[in-house]
Amino acid sequence: MSQSDDASLDPLQPLGTLEPLENLEAVPLVARGRREWVQTVIDAWHLRRTKIGFAVFLVLLCIALFGRYVAPYSPTEFVGPPFSLPSSAYWLGTDFLGRDVLTRVLYGGLSVFVLGIAATVIGIVLGVSLGLISGYARRWVDESIMRMLDVVLAFPSVVLAMLFVSIVGPKLWLIVLMVGISHMPRIARVTRAATVELTARDFVRAAAAVGVPRRKILFIEVLPNISSPLLVEFGLRLTYSIIMIAALSFLGFGMQPPSADWGLMINENRIAITVQPWAVIAPVVLIAALTISTNLMADGLARAMMGIDRDTGVT
Amino acid sequence: MPPLLKLLLIRLGLGILTLFLVSVVVFFATQALPGDAAKAILGKDSADKVRYEALRKELGLDRPVVSQYTGWLGDVVRGNLGNSLVGGGAKVTELLKQRVINSAILVSLAALFSIPISILIGAFSAVWRDSKFDNAMNITNLSLAALPEFVIGIVLVLIFATTVFNWFPSVSNVDSRAPLSGQMDLFILPVVTLILAVIPYVSRMLRASTIEVLESEYVMMARLKGLKESRVLWHHALPNAIVPTIQVIAINIAWLAGGIVTVEYLFGFPGIGSALVDAVANRDMPVVQALVLLIAAVYVVLNLIADILTILISPRLRTGLR
Repeated sequence: MSQSDDASLDPLQPLGTLEPLENLEAVPLVARGRREWVQTVIDAWHLRRTKIGFAVFLVLLCIALFGRYVAPYSPTEFVGPPFSLPSSAYWLGTDFLGRDVLTRVLYGGLSVFVLGIAATVIGIVLGVSLGLISGYARRWVDESIMRMLDVVLAFPSVVLAMLFVSIVGPKLWLIVLMVGISHMPRIARVTRAATVELTARDFVRAAAAVGVPRRKILFIEVLPNISSPLLVEFGLRLTYSIIMIAALSFLGFGMQPPSADWGLMINENRIAITVQPWAVIAPVVLIAALTISTNLMADGLARAMMGIDRDTGVT
Repeated sequence: MPPLLKLLLIRLGLGILTLFLVSVVVFFATQALPGDAAKAILGKDSADKVRYEALRKELGLDRPVVSQYTGWLGDVVRGNLGNSLVGGGAKVTELLKQRVINSAILVSLAALFSIPISILIGAFSAVWRDSKFDNAMNITNLSLAALPEFVIGIVLVLIFATTVFNWFPSVSNVDSRAPLSGQMDLFILPVVTLILAVIPYVSRMLRASTIEVLESEYVMMARLKGLKESRVLWHHALPNAIVPTIQVIAINIAWLAGGIVTVEYLFGFPGIGSALVDAVANRDMPVVQALVLLIAAVYVVLNLIADILTILISPRLRTGLR
């Protein structure tokens, strides 16, 4: 095992793809046609966990997108005494400033979704680019890219983000960028492994032989063939993006007051957890449901991709 | 040179290279970024030319970047991490000494409990594959792994420290002067949070490797010899199944060093995690540098140890080097 292989066992690794390290490389060998990822989605849909995850995800997405239109108050309006318990006027009580908890919960999901998806997209774009270059170029380019990624891996994602927040300040673009960068190593590894595997195969070598430019080979021949593992990666990285962004908001480095955000709400209201627990329980339940739902979907996709028997559901 | 030694030396070299690059990243992130540290520290006051220049000089920002870096690295290696920029400018090492100890105890306790529990869960999931127990553990692991640590922590606080039971303190104000043995209840909730966060990864990995070993020929041989199934599992299968898990365990312990940030902050636990949150909020650069460097170094060193251990104890890697 080389060091790069070892490091791909990072703790943030998906449960679904934890065991078969070799499978990462073996995956693209089973060519299932160009629309491979469509087949993966269909296979995944047969698993109960995927359906449950998707249903919960959809409900939460609707809350985040449309909740604001049914919210009874404004998210920054003071409607009652701080930390009032739930009543008919405010169903989930009020927060530390006397704002309606239900309203803030309905408003506070959008930032979680937007920032989480943005960070994941950045991570995928950066990771896939580096992985393609690394896997196709090999030699010293490969070596130096992999060393660089080892360095990124040495920083826990939250710590990496905090390092840069300490210089630039708690800017949202910075948080999104740093979370994206922290995804880079693993996505690059998956892409690289698949690229190395593919470039040795005849159709890619044939393309190179007839003089198709390298950039074209990577995007037309290689990329479509690794769409399934990338889809799984997207699901997994989305879960961790949401976890990290919620954690950073909770620490006070993400969304800033007075904005409504689930992570921030937990931090703001936890001092009175004994008095008015609902101001904490509501965002906690929503964040937990969201990350569990994305992880269920990702696990379903991972199992479908590896052709795991859908009846037993294990191995 | 014997191939084993060569392999170990290469591994060591790569570890040192990574450490070096980590230090470069930390240094250039904190000192050489546009809008330099002096400006960041002073904020609006940086318009005051005299103070600004004085601080630049104090931070060594008037020297060329490379000489700043070598000077800084030399100081770090000698254990001089500079002075804190807030709270009277105490020495960083003095400031963090007790916190490093507290966090080390926290992480060690979490590792001490989570590893045996994970091994048990993983082994039984493998033996009773596809059973109710296995499936229940699978879903539990999947859910636990998806939860941010601070969410696990808050749920524990809600259940065990406030509304349902009132067993444990929800805030861990560890008194550094009093003996730790009398304050163990302050550790319970943070430690349990970290244990719950680690178990999914290690038990999952162990389950997979145990299944692989249980299907191997030598285990079949042991069964054919008529050994009891329990002896086959605990004496023959498990020791080999643990080898590929060593790395996962090491990485998880290293990850605990990062994961403690939100957990310590949540419980108000006086360790390096909460120190990092404070330092970032106050832009106390020397403290940020020291802590980030420490956490990254822990990761690299634990990884290295796991690598070397794996090479030394797995015969295939030891002998199949040719």
